Amino acid sequence: MKFVDEFRDNGKAQSLKREIHALAERIGCSPDKPLLLMEFCGGHTHAIFRYGIEQMLPKSIEMVHGPGCPVCVLPMGRVDDCVTLAERPEVIFATFGDAMRVPGSRKSLLQAKAEGADIRMVYSPLDALTLARKNPDREVIFFGLGFETTMPSTALTVLQAEKEGIRNFSLFCNHITTVPTVKAILDSPDMRIDGFLAPGHVSMVIGARPFDFVARDYDRPIVITGFEPLDILQSIWMLLKQFAEGRSEVENQYARIVPPDGNRAALEAISKVFEIREFFEWRGLGSIDHSGVRIRKAYADYDAERKFAVPNLKIADPKSCQCGEVIKGVIKPWECKIFGTACTPETPMGALMVSSEGACAAYFSYGSVSIDELVAKREAGS
Amino acid sequence: MCLGIPGQILEITDAENSMAKVDVSGVRREVNIACIIEEGHPVEDCVGDWVLVHVGFAMSRIDEEEAEKTLAILSELGEVQEALDSMQTTL
Ligand code: SF4
Repeated sequence: MKFVDEFRDNGKAQSLKREIHALAERIGCSPDKPLLLMEFCGGHTHAIFRYGIEQMLPKSIEMVHGPGCPVCVLPMGRVDDCVTLAERPEVIFATFGDAMRVPGSRKSLLQAKAEGADIRMVYSPLDALTLARKNPDREVIFFGLGFETTMPSTALTVLQAEKEGIRNFSLFCNHITTVPTVKAILDSPDMRIDGFLAPGHVSMVIGARPFDFVARDYDRPIVITGFEPLDILQSIWMLLKQFAEGRSEVENQYARIVPPDGNRAALEAISKVFEIREFFEWRGLGSIDHSGVRIRKAYADYDAERKFAVPNLKIADPKSCQCGEVIKGVIKPWECKIFGTACTPETPMGALMVSSEGACAAYFSYGSVSIDELVAKREAGS
Repeated sequence: MCLGIPGQILEITDAENSMAKVDVSGVRREVNIACIIEEGHPVEDCVGDWVLVHVGFAMSRIDEEEAEKTLAILSELGEVQEALDSMQTTL
């Protein structure tokens, strides 16, 4: 815990904390009418819990933990599709380890593997391509998922496969996009978010400009944020400063990594290989317009959805799930009716319980309060 | 998966396919560097660069100090080990 302590003692952290408290007072938010700030990205959620950043903030500021964990928001139907693909005898199904435990309606990939499906955990899509080279008599399918951060890697892998004429490699594309999702959150009628911390690594790829609409059209301040605890604290301070000065702008706290226009080579690869889907299904959020990409026709040979019959069934989230309300800041994670009882990290029902980057699971991993106490508090309140 | 991990480019192994050997906390593996090659920074200039590696692709150049700080924080979060383990999985 060396760095957690160091961070807490750090003079810079302490002075940011003081300034945040002073600004909150100046803005006039109060514990009854708190300012709601959303961190979109699961990596930020993780760091906020790990470093106890919420405990450094005044009660008049609440962090709302957004949907930015691609593993968490994978709908059950897509997991079922993965299992169906992986169970084909000719297929080697390659995936990031993170996706193994996500529950499908029948089973997870982990269970399918235990039952004999040839599923390999890989570090990189390039490893899946290597598998295809080494196993010319098998069909290697790579399970592509993630936001814009990982999109360039799968796009470049498809381009490499084409260049080498590798025919037994394809991509099951489940990439999702950040901007339409932020927009969907802003458009939802019960939306209460006052300002946003934008994801640093997504912005490293797409740049800062795609977030302009948040400030321009929705009059909400937004700060592109790095992943160190001081980055997050500083970005919260930058948001508060915008409120205090009556500004709504896109600011880039993570300029050391994020260029205004993003990464040209990465964006070129993305737009060469992928096109926007009309809509994509999210666990806990339902269908969101334009929130996913698929492989362009020109690369159809590398598209697992075209190459194999993917059932693509829609499986509704369990009725008791309240992930959508948690994500929009309408309720706190522990206020969900099944938090800590039917829904736990061992038996996740909703998206936010699936990985430690999800808001609900984070309470289990790092929460400074006991789960029993939270559940009791909920029962008392309802 | 979404997390970038800092590493240093040791040598270019396949210039045509933009592949380089990168050292990440003592673990060496091949990484694609297409996204950090740009006008004024051709492939041969990349040796020695510190980069942020995401799922086998160098996505951004960073300075050494930043690399060290990030590595220190990530290793406390237990995530360096996790990344290194998955980097070394044999296929
Ligand atoms: S407790 Fe489970 S169902 Fe409820 S919001 Fe959290 S993840 Fe979703």
